[in-house]
Amino acid sequence: MTAQVITVTSGKGGVGKTTAVANLATALAIDGKRVVCIDGDIGLRNLDVVMGLENRIVYDIVDVIEGRCKLKQAMIRDKHFPEMYLIPAAQTRDKNAVSPSDMVRICNDLRADSDFVIIDSPAGIERGFRNAIAAADRVLVVTNPEVSAVRDADRVVGILEAEEKGNPLLILNRLNPTMVKNNDMLSPEDVLDLLGIQLVGIVPEDETVIIGSNRGAPVVNDPKSRAGQAFRNIAKRLQGQDIPFMDLNQQGGLWSAIQRLAGRK
Amino acid sequence: MMNFFKRKSSATSAKERLQLVLVHDRTDLTPAQLESLKDDLLKAISQYIDIDPDAVQIGLERDGRSQRLVADIPLRSPSHHRAG
Ligand SMILES: Nc1ncnc2c1ncn2[C@@H]1O[C@H](COP(=O)(O)OP(=O)(O)O)[C@@H](O)[C@H]1O
Ligand SMILES: [Mg+2]
Repeated sequence: MTAQVITVTSGKGGVGKTTAVANLATALAIDGKRVVCIDGDIGLRNLDVVMGLENRIVYDIVDVIEGRCKLKQAMIRDKHFPEMYLIPAAQTRDKNAVSPSDMVRICNDLRADSDFVIIDSPAGIERGFRNAIAAADRVLVVTNPEVSAVRDADRVVGILEAEEKGNPLLILNRLNPTMVKNNDMLSPEDVLDLLGIQLVGIVPEDETVIIGSNRGAPVVNDPKSRAGQAFRNIAKRLQGQDIPFMDLNQQGGLWSAIQRLAGRK
Repeated sequence: MMNFFKRKSSATSAKERLQLVLVHDRTDLTPAQLESLKDDLLKAISQYIDIDPDAVQIGLERDGRSQRLVADIPLRSPSHHRAG
């Protein structure tokens, strides 16, 4: 068994990287996969609270790198999924405590015993971002249908191209179908045309995401959540399943609205 | 009402503005640099053929994730055509 290492990044902050990591990891765990999440946002640790694991942290990734603990000791087991783990970011250290080769080494150590390693990248295009992509087999770029987020995503895609990181996949998060319908939000077609990369999923703006993070329970656990359904679909696509985007229809009209807009209905 | 003309939708503005911004971001060429590139090109071409500078269109275009510099330079019909 050798894991696929997936990095979730964006350029701009606040677009939903941490939300995506928590939800994709949980969705993969629901599908029976062994998943390790790594919080790559050194100094701004967040994945722990979004996953509801903040009270269990003893060691962090910098402790592993600096030899204060074994890798296994820094892996926090999830409350509900015994085959899902989190390696938390250090909160009191700066990002220079981690190097790209540290990330490659840690991921290589994790590959043998897991199916997926999912890395949450910090915002920006500097050291923390370089660390986060160093070990990636595949990169997911998260953006929102909004000018600054799309512009920053394009910068990141350009860097990934220059680094020959393979073709990144796009997650378009926080889409508001009503605003798209009223021509007050970039449509998925617009964003794809602008960025010129392949789409892996569209996640609607959905208040259950915030309710989920309040509770430390990612929304993929909620069968009624539309955002949860979108993340579950993305997780299936990451496992190589061909889940048609039409399936988003189950999310209550989102996809049909998009189809109408695209003139396909 | 100040708004006699129907304004273009905000999504259309966003897309058009992003198209321009991304082309410049990707090529690392500012609009000012592009202008002086155009001027230099026109000067060079004018040394060989008669062109109408106002009819010339030079710009960056997107083609998937790559950009190209596209020039459309109509030639003035030669008043004294030199054969050969
Ligand atoms: N699809 C969504 N619908 C509603 N809120 C969302 C959605 N995705 C993310 N959010 C909210 O946006 C905020 C930023 O998300 P986060 O995942 O922390 O972004 P990042 O890690 O990129 O900085 C959080 O408050 C999160 O709950
Ligand atoms: Mg984050």
